[in-house]
Amino acid sequence: MIPHMKPSSGAHVGVNASVSQIMWQVMLAISPATAFGLLLFGWPALNLFIITVASAVFFEAFYLRLSGRIAKPVLMDGSAVLTGWLLAMTLPPWAPWWIGVVGSGMAIILGKQVYGGLGQNLFNPAMLARVALLISFPVEMTTWANVSPLFFSHSPGLVESWHITFSGLENLDATTGATTLGFIKTEFSQNHVLDEILKDYSGFLSIIGWRGGSLAETSTLLAALGGAWLIRQGVIQWHIPVSLLLTVTVLASVFHVMDDQHYVSPFLHLNSGAMMLVAFFIATDYVTSPNTKAGQLVFGAGCGLLIFVIRTWGAYPEGAAFAILLMNAATPLIDHYIRPRIYGRDRKGKPLEIPKS
Amino acid sequence: MYVILAIVSLTSLGLFLGLLLGIAAKYLKVESSPVVDELESLLPGSQCGQCGFPGCRPAAEALAEGKAPATICPPGGSALAEQIAALLGMDLDLSAVKEPELLVAKVSEATCTGCTRCFKVCPTDAIVGAPKQIHAVVADACIGCKKCIEVCPTECLQMHPVEVTLRNWRWSKPALPLPEASGAVC
Amino acid sequence: MLSLFSKKRIRGGVHAEQHKALTATQAIVSNFPLPEKLYIPLQQHVGKPAEPLIRVGDKVLKGQLLAYSQGMISAPVHAPSSGIILDVNDYPAPHPSALPIRMIVLETDGKDEWLPAPIVADPFQLTPEDISLRVGAAGIVGLGGATFPTAVKLNMGRENRIDTLIINGAECEPYLSCDDRLMQERAGQIIDGVRLMLHGMESDNAVIAIEDNKQEAFLAMQAAALPYPLIKVIQIPTRYPMGWDRQLIRYVTGKEVPVGCRSSEIGVTIHNVGTAYATHKAIRLGQPLVNRVITVSGGAVARPMNVEVPLGTLISELFNFCNVNSDLTARIIMGGPMMGDSLPHTGLPTVKATSGILALTQSELKNTDEQPCIRCASCVTVCPAGLRPLDMANNIRINQLDVAVDIGLKDCISCGCCSYICPSNIPLVQYFKYASGEVAARQQAQHKSEQTKRLIDARNARMERIARQQEEEERVWIAAKKERERLKAEQEALV
Repeated sequence: MIPHMKPSSGAHVGVNASVSQIMWQVMLAISPATAFGLLLFGWPALNLFIITVASAVFFEAFYLRLSGRIAKPVLMDGSAVLTGWLLAMTLPPWAPWWIGVVGSGMAIILGKQVYGGLGQNLFNPAMLARVALLISFPVEMTTWANVSPLFFSHSPGLVESWHITFSGLENLDATTGATTLGFIKTEFSQNHVLDEILKDYSGFLSIIGWRGGSLAETSTLLAALGGAWLIRQGVIQWHIPVSLLLTVTVLASVFHVMDDQHYVSPFLHLNSGAMMLVAFFIATDYVTSPNTKAGQLVFGAGCGLLIFVIRTWGAYPEGAAFAILLMNAATPLIDHYIRPRIYGRDRKGKPLEIPKS
Repeated sequence: MYVILAIVSLTSLGLFLGLLLGIAAKYLKVESSPVVDELESLLPGSQCGQCGFPGCRPAAEALAEGKAPATICPPGGSALAEQIAALLGMDLDLSAVKEPELLVAKVSEATCTGCTRCFKVCPTDAIVGAPKQIHAVVADACIGCKKCIEVCPTECLQMHPVEVTLRNWRWSKPALPLPEASGAVC
Repeated sequence: MLSLFSKKRIRGGVHAEQHKALTATQAIVSNFPLPEKLYIPLQQHVGKPAEPLIRVGDKVLKGQLLAYSQGMISAPVHAPSSGIILDVNDYPAPHPSALPIRMIVLETDGKDEWLPAPIVADPFQLTPEDISLRVGAAGIVGLGGATFPTAVKLNMGRENRIDTLIINGAECEPYLSCDDRLMQERAGQIIDGVRLMLHGMESDNAVIAIEDNKQEAFLAMQAAALPYPLIKVIQIPTRYPMGWDRQLIRYVTGKEVPVGCRSSEIGVTIHNVGTAYATHKAIRLGQPLVNRVITVSGGAVARPMNVEVPLGTLISELFNFCNVNSDLTARIIMGGPMMGDSLPHTGLPTVKATSGILALTQSELKNTDEQPCIRCASCVTVCPAGLRPLDMANNIRINQLDVAVDIGLKDCISCGCCSYICPSNIPLVQYFKYASGEVAARQQAQHKSEQTKRLIDARNARMERIARQQEEEERVWIAAKKERERLKAEQEALV
């Protein structure tokens, strides 16, 4: 006789996945876009990236310590690193160091841990932090560096980059510009039409990412490829990205066809404002998106609609973060109303009737 | 000047409203809160005293006054605790409360003299027997009040835990992963 | 839109790793040495336990009735071999708790001598009622694991006019291959059993559904069914839990069984291939259900196999025969690894429901390192019943059992898909089993407290009545006394 432990129930076998594995796969998927962005914006961007990720990990460990838990196993799940990473992707690459630190602090502590940690938060931590930063520090958050790739002669060197990160930019006008969407918004306010505004805009440069913006805003192509890989790996489902992008495309097309001088083309919509990062990496966050496929379609469509509305008629040039937060708030509601039909019951939960034969 | 006026007027307003509330409390006082009756009807009514109060009515009063936790009644178990908590709108954390082990009385046949004292005190008539005959406890009806133990002259009545059989065996609740030890499970 | 949804016939499910090749490629071993003692539980079926009609010391022959069925839903128990009855008492049951249950202990005499049974020349001349009577008397229950008495199901089939009999050859649980081997080796007998069942239910059509990972079994069954055009053999996709009766019914017929109904109410009934085989043996050969094919498999088994053993054989003897390495064994499982339960030790008998005994090594088991739920909703995707396991588990964790019941706890079939897929290794199924048990316990407690109140009221009423009676008697006595005193006073006055 072999004596054995307490009773355990099925399933005794299972997939050998883990939370950290999922997190690392997401990071792997986003790393090409990140690497390219870092290349484009050089050392200051790398400084900010490292600071943001490191402080996210620090705040997670700090909070866990405060609540009397051992930090290491929780840190190993990779969720704090990913939160910091995603936040860094949405910051202006040459922002001062404290933007990264404050942002990470808000993301980890206010966005995640006060709700009870991983899996409990209502809002996407990275987006929460980004919105809070944008409202609190509008100047720093809208100062976008021009493209200045690593190792180019006019790009800042390593030492210079520490100056930029730790004491701020000195010669703002020479090195910064607006994002495409921001530029369009400003120009609209001066009653210019799109033909005039976009005469210097290059769709090709935009799709490979050669333009100002956050790290994530730069390469549409790499972010989309990473997202597609995640879908192939089964880490995320296609429902949210597809419905989000489709909604934006359809809305933008309709309005662009109606008035092509005042409504931006769908191509430009999809290509700017970190749309791909949002669709594939932010909106698909498990914790803050609905559980069912139908719910995810609704969620994605809602995000797409809000992004379009805020971009087109709102005060901010870029609405993804707001849209995500609003839809995050709607997620419990979506989950409440859109639930799978239970076998043998109708949608309301009443038993089916026996069919008359 | 204005400051003083504001202070005076707000203070008098406060005093006036306070007075009103005081009068209302005095005249509209409810002698026995209906909640107590409702609580009493939830409780088993066996006056067994396991809660530490002399009976179910005093226990209900203590509950209504918030002096007793919802988990006060051992025979009622967690089901009753939930009903009480729902009635009083209390937050109930059953995870912190250890479910008391249910005990039932059992007659030791060797020492029972058939004195009938125990079944006279049993509030649920769970003890059966006749004078000069060995008594027996109907386990399903026993509520574990221990009244019979007190009156038994030969100590032949003893409390035993309810026997676990295949009929009442249940799956245990999975243990929560301890935050300190997520690496060390079984 | 609605028709789009109803056409989707498979919902949820997982592609579990098969591990079937360990046993599916070898013939069923039938030279299992007869154990010296057999432990035969009186309850191996859903319903009331059987009542023993033998005494300790009785000599019995193989197939002799040991305990008869009591009540409508019950099944008799027969001697799995010839020998002497040693004991009728409580022994550990093949159950995760291994708590005692009543068993008959039979000491075998090694002769394995059958009780002579009259053989029916042509069972199709028997009335359908007779068929179900014989099936019931042979102690046949659903051998897929549900152990519902087959005769009762046949009767319900007759009452409800069944238009399709589905024979479940899905065997979707990983590791298990006993039904697969049975279909490969004894296809003719199974088809005969199916025809007898059809006769017993007075219906014509049967569909034998076999997962498409069992090509040989499919071909064998197809060949055996060739002469009977009304018995169709079909292949179904390999996807756990395809063998869940309601999933299979929806896939084969497109009909969904309403909650709270039996499948016969919508004109469909479902039996396992093993049950069909047992029916064949019972009717054609007059042999009751006394043995079955069991898969013994898993990483700790040196000689994994399908083996035909008498019911009541201890698992320890099976393990000896198959050379199980007890040091490597991390968990013993009765049934498949998805729905089966762990057993605490091997001193437990095999029963009618035992389709497999697994000895799994640590590396085969799912990681138990539980992490917080990240709401990835994989469990929602894979749930074949359309539940939201994550919400249910969260509510159960904070003891909101009522909410869990509201969102479908009672519709959970414990198939294990959610636990299988969960990246955070949350023991979801155990949460649901715990909650179901707890809900039942609370209902019992509620019932008991109501009964207690009734008892107390009755007692108080009785006490009051007694008190009133005493008072009455006292009053009468006082009145009588007064009367006596008055009379006495009058007499004194007269004197």
